[in-house]
Amino acid sequence: MRPVHVVGFARLDAVLRDTAHDEPEMVQQVTAAALADAGLTRQDVGFTCSGSNDYVMGRAFSFATAIDGLGAWPPIRESHVEMDGAWALYETWVRLQHGDVDVGLAYAFGKSSLGGVAESRLYELDPYFTAPLGPGPDVVAALQARVMLDQGVATERDFAETVAASRRAAARHPQVPDPRGPTDLEALLRQPMAHPPLRAHDGPVRTDSAAAIVLMVGGDGPRISGMAHRIDPHQLGMRDLATCPSATAAARAAGVDLSRLDVAELHASYASEVVLLRRALGLPERVSVNPSGGALAANTPMVSGLVRIGEAAAAIRRGAARHALGHAASGPCLQHNLVCALEAE
Amino acid sequence: MSRPCAVIGIGQTHHAAKRDDVSMPGLVREAAKRALADAGLTWADIDAVVLGKAPDMFEGVVQPELFLAGALGAVGKPMFRVHTAGSVGGSTAVVASHLVSSGVHERVLTVAYEKQSESNAMWALSQRFPFRPPVSAGAGGYFAPIIRAYMRRSQAPDHIGIQVAVKDRLNALDNPYAHLKLPEIDADKVRASPMLWDPVRYLETCPSSDGACAMVLSADTAGCTNPAWVHATGMRTEPMLFAGRDEVNPQAGADCARSVYSDAGITPDQLDCAELYVPFSWYEPMWLENLGLAECGWRAVDRGETRRDGRLPINPSGGVLSSNPIGASGMLRFAEAALQVRGAAGAHQIDGARLALGHAYGGGSQFFSMWIVGSERP
Repeated sequence: MRPVHVVGFARLDAVLRDTAHDEPEMVQQVTAAALADAGLTRQDVGFTCSGSNDYVMGRAFSFATAIDGLGAWPPIRESHVEMDGAWALYETWVRLQHGDVDVGLAYAFGKSSLGGVAESRLYELDPYFTAPLGPGPDVVAALQARVMLDQGVATERDFAETVAASRRAAARHPQVPDPRGPTDLEALLRQPMAHPPLRAHDGPVRTDSAAAIVLMVGGDGPRISGMAHRIDPHQLGMRDLATCPSATAAARAAGVDLSRLDVAELHASYASEVVLLRRALGLPERVSVNPSGGALAANTPMVSGLVRIGEAAAAIRRGAARHALGHAASGPCLQHNLVCALEAE
Repeated sequence: MSRPCAVIGIGQTHHAAKRDDVSMPGLVREAAKRALADAGLTWADIDAVVLGKAPDMFEGVVQPELFLAGALGAVGKPMFRVHTAGSVGGSTAVVASHLVSSGVHERVLTVAYEKQSESNAMWALSQRFPFRPPVSAGAGGYFAPIIRAYMRRSQAPDHIGIQVAVKDRLNALDNPYAHLKLPEIDADKVRASPMLWDPVRYLETCPSSDGACAMVLSADTAGCTNPAWVHATGMRTEPMLFAGRDEVNPQAGADCARSVYSDAGITPDQLDCAELYVPFSWYEPMWLENLGLAECGWRAVDRGETRRDGRLPINPSGGVLSSNPIGASGMLRFAEAALQVRGAAGAHQIDGARLALGHAYGGGSQFFSMWIVGSERP
């Protein structure tokens, strides 16, 4: 494989409600910032790929208008995935393996504040058998958390500790909303259940944002040592929800070396998912998990997975890690998982 | 750095207005199983699955790759979802071919589908947005003024669109999978059909179809006597709206075509046939010019050059005008081009076809994907 490096990363401040910018403006800002971070210009980019979801913007072909923010003229080599931007990064990484293109740009955008984002996740469930029953994302996450508690692989205290750690990290991160609420475990555990056994704080803070990563063959920055993704069965009844075989397999295929791993950025939208992914990936205690606050502290649809990879690369760039992984997830109960392994040059 | 990739299996469903005999998983599986059988492979031989379809709102299922993973044998494997508007079927095939040509995977199953009867595509394409004039009544409403601009610019006579409609409908009679079968079609019937979006008549427009298409792409062609080798792939995008944009003859389409001819090391006159994305009959002459296949598109049509016995047969399968499962329509173009160079197109085979172009476009004529396939290893 050709050596591909993360040479630029930008994320817009994740905010609860951005009424000042529409999606093309967000794309313009974040792609320009990522290219500036890489010291490159739009003309240097040989391939561009984006991730977004029409149900977030509430219109068909939402990515087509976002192109207007890219400045795609003269015409560019470009593609789009209806998935988290992490998969757009994957397509970009594959494209860079061909030898004719050396710089790739992947970006993603999403706005939770347009409304209905959580509700729209209901419609990712099997439309014939599951969606008509109406279990939204909070409900299926609670189902998974319940299986974990029943099997004894997690406790409510584990969830509370995860939330507290996320809040402490978020307080230090300038681009995610200031955390509201306690970081004291007993105070967290006194909160009422929202979707038993999950409390409201076990779920994500939903935000508006965008992110972009610039990849370069032979560039200066953390090198992608491997990237892979796998999918599990969709039907919840076909899986042991206390495990996540696709995350385990993706990490193995990406060649993650646990003995040398320093940082893991996990795309978990619920505290229970952080606990589950730590187990599925076999992360040793010493690995720093979600030093950015993770997707609990700032959860932007289609963006949060790409941000995880960007934050993992950022940890290496600021010297906090030599080996890091960025993880992205999709689907109910962590059905689809991607792992990007990064290492310092 | 990249390595050759070939199409070794092709499958498609029978396309129809309503395939209510199958669910969405059943529909995609029907095409995928035909492609696997054609390749002489089983589900276990596949390393990754790449799925494409047009907007999720067409069926009301968000990110359907999630619930289709089981039906497509993708569990435990990588499953990828592409969406580039109408060009998606072509883009999906391109992305799948890149997984092979990059060396990431050995054998990839790629599938595209649309089950339009599950929802209302016209609604999904006609939403009203704040601060924008409600000018769009489905795709026809968007493209009709562009067609009118082409007619005015090229001084094309009115009967050209009718000729294309008759040709593609007659071609479809020799394609067992085609949706529309209109054996009585003639120019008078097309002319007498209702005007939908002036100048596009009812019989000059594509149907709404349920259908799927699948291909197996592989670096290894052992056991396949007639692989279709991928000689070049291309994708190009330009913005939908800016002053001075030529929507009739978009730069992205012309650039994309030039790049695939160059990468394949050919000139367009070496092509033996082409499957072009023609959802409204007038787009055949328009794309002939955009892709450098004719100096004057409508004159080429008028001279019969695009008929199956002509200089450059266009859409011998019957094209999008005869079957339009939107998300799959682009992949059907790519697959039909591959069928031609494999000599496997049956009754609509172009004799001796060795090089063929597959083409798809989407959005406001702004997303393009193309490939050139050939019977010889590149």
